[in-house]
Amino acid sequence: MEIFGIPSQALFGQLLIGLINGSFYAMLSLGLAVIFGLLNIINFTHGAQYMLGAFAAYLGLTHLGLSYWASLLLAPLITGATGMLIERVMLARLYKLDHLYGLLLTFGLALIIQGLFKNHFGASGMPYAVPPIFAGSFQLGFMFLPKYRAWVIVMSLLTCLLTWYVIERTKLGAYLRAATERPELVQAFGINVPRMITLTYGFGVGLAALAGVMAAPIYQVSPLMGTDIIIVVFAVVVIGGMGSILGAILTGFGLGLVEGLTKVIYPEASNTVIFLIMIIVLLFKPAGLFGSEK
Amino acid sequence: MVTDSTEVLSLQGVQAYYGESHVLHGVDLTVKSGEVVSLLGRNGAGKTSTLRAILGLVGRRSGSIRVFGQECVGQSPHQVARLGVGYCPEERGIFSSLSCEENLLLPPTLSAGGMSLAEIYAMFPNLQERKNSPGTRLSGGEQQMLAVARILRTGAKLLLLDEISEGLAPVIVQALARMIRDLKAKGYTIVMVEQNFAFAEPLADRFYVMEHGQMVMSFAAAQLSEQRAQLNEYLGL
Repeated sequence: MEIFGIPSQALFGQLLIGLINGSFYAMLSLGLAVIFGLLNIINFTHGAQYMLGAFAAYLGLTHLGLSYWASLLLAPLITGATGMLIERVMLARLYKLDHLYGLLLTFGLALIIQGLFKNHFGASGMPYAVPPIFAGSFQLGFMFLPKYRAWVIVMSLLTCLLTWYVIERTKLGAYLRAATERPELVQAFGINVPRMITLTYGFGVGLAALAGVMAAPIYQVSPLMGTDIIIVVFAVVVIGGMGSILGAILTGFGLGLVEGLTKVIYPEASNTVIFLIMIIVLLFKPAGLFGSEK
Repeated sequence: MVTDSTEVLSLQGVQAYYGESHVLHGVDLTVKSGEVVSLLGRNGAGKTSTLRAILGLVGRRSGSIRVFGQECVGQSPHQVARLGVGYCPEERGIFSSLSCEENLLLPPTLSAGGMSLAEIYAMFPNLQERKNSPGTRLSGGEQQMLAVARILRTGAKLLLLDEISEGLAPVIVQALARMIRDLKAKGYTIVMVEQNFAFAEPLADRFYVMEHGQMVMSFAAAQLSEQRAQLNEYLGL
């Protein structure tokens, strides 16, 4: 079977890969958007924190015999806690300064963390087995869908939707949205905004780590896994619009699919298509597709 | 001392700074329970800075600020608020990403005895009609009512109101004046910063006048006629 002259197996296969990549783009850009909204810091450590999540799962398995499921819970909590420590000890001193300082600090931290891991574990990746329950694939008729990949897509969608719901539809989210606009006034109403900022950063980092654990069985666990993906994720955030929650989610999945489609139609452009889109969006809508100018 | 127990707010020798600029130069102010006190003065005299200093929203402050008997210098804004302070900022501070009702429900309850949502809607029927509109889509008057209404829910008994009559149509200013009288009758203690003396005149029990970050006059409503000439000079009326 062919669609527009492309074998349907190849088309659906690449779209699936696109959707998988999009799942990670969405989860990572969501965390970045939440952090940027409240902290006004572009968290360049995000890729390293994604890598830390994957390593927490890997080390948990090899040293402590922790299952995938335990890691799915523990890795985000532990990595999130290290994020909160970073926020309290370092980031909290930068809020009154220009954006640039936060960017430089988090970029430096990313280099240090990745350097340390590379020094210790080497640059080559380490395999992480797919949990037994997800062995095999579903036969969909037009293609095979590996069970683990289906799980990643579902899990990422659920995480994104839950985060969106909490931020846009609950009281807790109302505090977050209000503090994003006017942190000082929210604090003058009696809310401990500094603590909220710490928890928000921890949450964003935890989200990156969760993506890292989910990525471990698909990509390999490697000290540089974050560097590769984070560049694309920043492009996703720029296209979607900084600070827009729904924008980050939709753009993440959408661009994953666009990337997958490009691999079928014109493979040479598949690594650059997202950046081309970024340039076009910046030319016509500098605040991003879903962003509003501040 | 008996009088101390009724002192809701007391500032002594308060100095405040924003970075390098020194905005309050030894401010003294006392407000007793149930009083409506108006802070007058020209633009830039330090009225807004005084309210912000009480909450700890200035860069640095010294001296003594006691709210319900608790020393507040050195406390964070949220700790001061939790003593029972409701703040309505001059720029109203309505959140655009929150609906009218979300704005109204945002400030957390500080103590029992706040007004219920039903009571607030009875006082401000417009807010009920617009409850699902984004906060900043409301008219200027509605936004001002929202800014005041949302601190009445919290059980705060000391209200710091910054220029609530500014830029509003006369009919809304009258509604706000009625509201201040209602609140006073309910026992709230109110400090209102006003440029518009005509609004504050019939409402306040006592007046303070500021100039260059200091209190330059203070008198009770009964002394107004004898103080008027000097007051007019300070306010440039």
